[in-house]
Amino acid sequence: MSNDQVLAFETDCHLFKDCGFPAPSEWSFIFEPLFTIGSFEVNKPMALVFLSTVIICGFFWAAFARPKVVPGKFQLVAEVLYDFVRRGVARETMGKKGEPYVPLLVSLFFFVWIMNIWAIIPFAQFPATSIIAYPAALALIVWCTYMYLTFRTNGLVGGIRNLCVPSGLPKGIYVILTPIEFISAVFIRPLTLTVRLFANMFAGHLLLLVFIIGTWYTLGTVVGTFYSATSLIMTLLLTVFEMFIQALQAYVFTVLTASYISQALEEAH
Amino acid sequence: MLMQLAAEEPQSPVVPVVPEIVIGLICFGVIFFVFYKKLLPSINKALDERREAIEGGMEKAEATQAEARQTLESYREQLSEARHEAARLRQEAKEQGAALIAEMREEGQRQREEIISAGHAQIEADRKQAAELLRQDVGKLAVELAGRLVGESLEDHARQSRTIDRFLDELEAKAETAGTEAAR
Repeated sequence: MSNDQVLAFETDCHLFKDCGFPAPSEWSFIFEPLFTIGSFEVNKPMALVFLSTVIICGFFWAAFARPKVVPGKFQLVAEVLYDFVRRGVARETMGKKGEPYVPLLVSLFFFVWIMNIWAIIPFAQFPATSIIAYPAALALIVWCTYMYLTFRTNGLVGGIRNLCVPSGLPKGIYVILTPIEFISAVFIRPLTLTVRLFANMFAGHLLLLVFIIGTWYTLGTVVGTFYSATSLIMTLLLTVFEMFIQALQAYVFTVLTASYISQALEEAH
Repeated sequence: MLMQLAAEEPQSPVVPVVPEIVIGLICFGVIFFVFYKKLLPSINKALDERREAIEGGMEKAEATQAEARQTLESYREQLSEARHEAARLRQEAKEQGAALIAEMREEGQRQREEIISAGHAQIEADRKQAAELLRQDVGKLAVELAGRLVGESLEDHARQSRTIDRFLDELEAKAETAGTEAAR
């Protein structure tokens, strides 16, 4: 495997050599293909997405395929995770009505979370969600669900009312508010859903890269070692911080989805 | 090298490319399908079973407790009943005993009086009979004595006194024989 396939920066550059600091930038998110299947080229982020799928399915298959009434440790862990989404997201946002959407929310939460977690897994160290196509794909699914449920619950006219006309406001306000609501519900929401996740993971990865590259780049000279050590400490701190952000972003994505579904299910006023 | 790559493919990181979207959709589809079709129904069933088992267990425990309480209650009731019964029996026995004693005493009294009165009657009867016999005998003896006295009036005084003595001896012997007969 060459560096172009798995690493995001030049490794042969050090402090006081003639090359400058190889700061991470957009090319840190572009990888050469790892391998090809037929004519299809698979790069590192794609491989991580496939791996995420396999890991999620494998883990929950092992835990839930033959569930026991008295759970083993493995099943118990999976149950706690599942219960977190089912109770903490679906039940919290929608109550009993949310039960049919639990599979969607569970899939979203774990898919996003595992794709995020790759950012701090040694050798992978790249959040698949920092490639915008993956958050966009998920946001597309959420958007389709949102639209479908809105029109299924309220009919065509009621659905449009539900999307554009929030209830309980003075009549004059609607002149301004209706277009804003329409744009917000139909265009802004899927966009922000995508960008929030993408940008958080993108920025987190850049931040980690700055200090990781800094640690490597400043290593070698006496004075550089101090910089290097500082940079390493920052890397460790940021890794812990990123761990938190990864889970938080997965949670936010799921909660927002649940809240959109909940709004779609509301009867038009 | 990476710089060159970026220059060759001027791909902005904020523009999603279609193949990757498709991959994302497919992977999500797989995960969703596995969860929706197989895993969540399976685990939900297990969770429901567990809840039922726990609730069933709790209900059973409650039922057992209620039963135990009921049994204790009935035992207590029985115990107090038994105590009452025992007290009642004791009281009854005491009363019966007293009644019995009183009855016995009365009976004894009655029998004593009966015996006494029978004794009195017997004595009276004996006395009457004796008086009757005596009266008959005295009459007869007086007549006999008088006859003898008249028959021998001419004889002397000595004879007279012998006759009287003889009579009296006879009388005595008679009385003795009558006494022994009576004694016998």
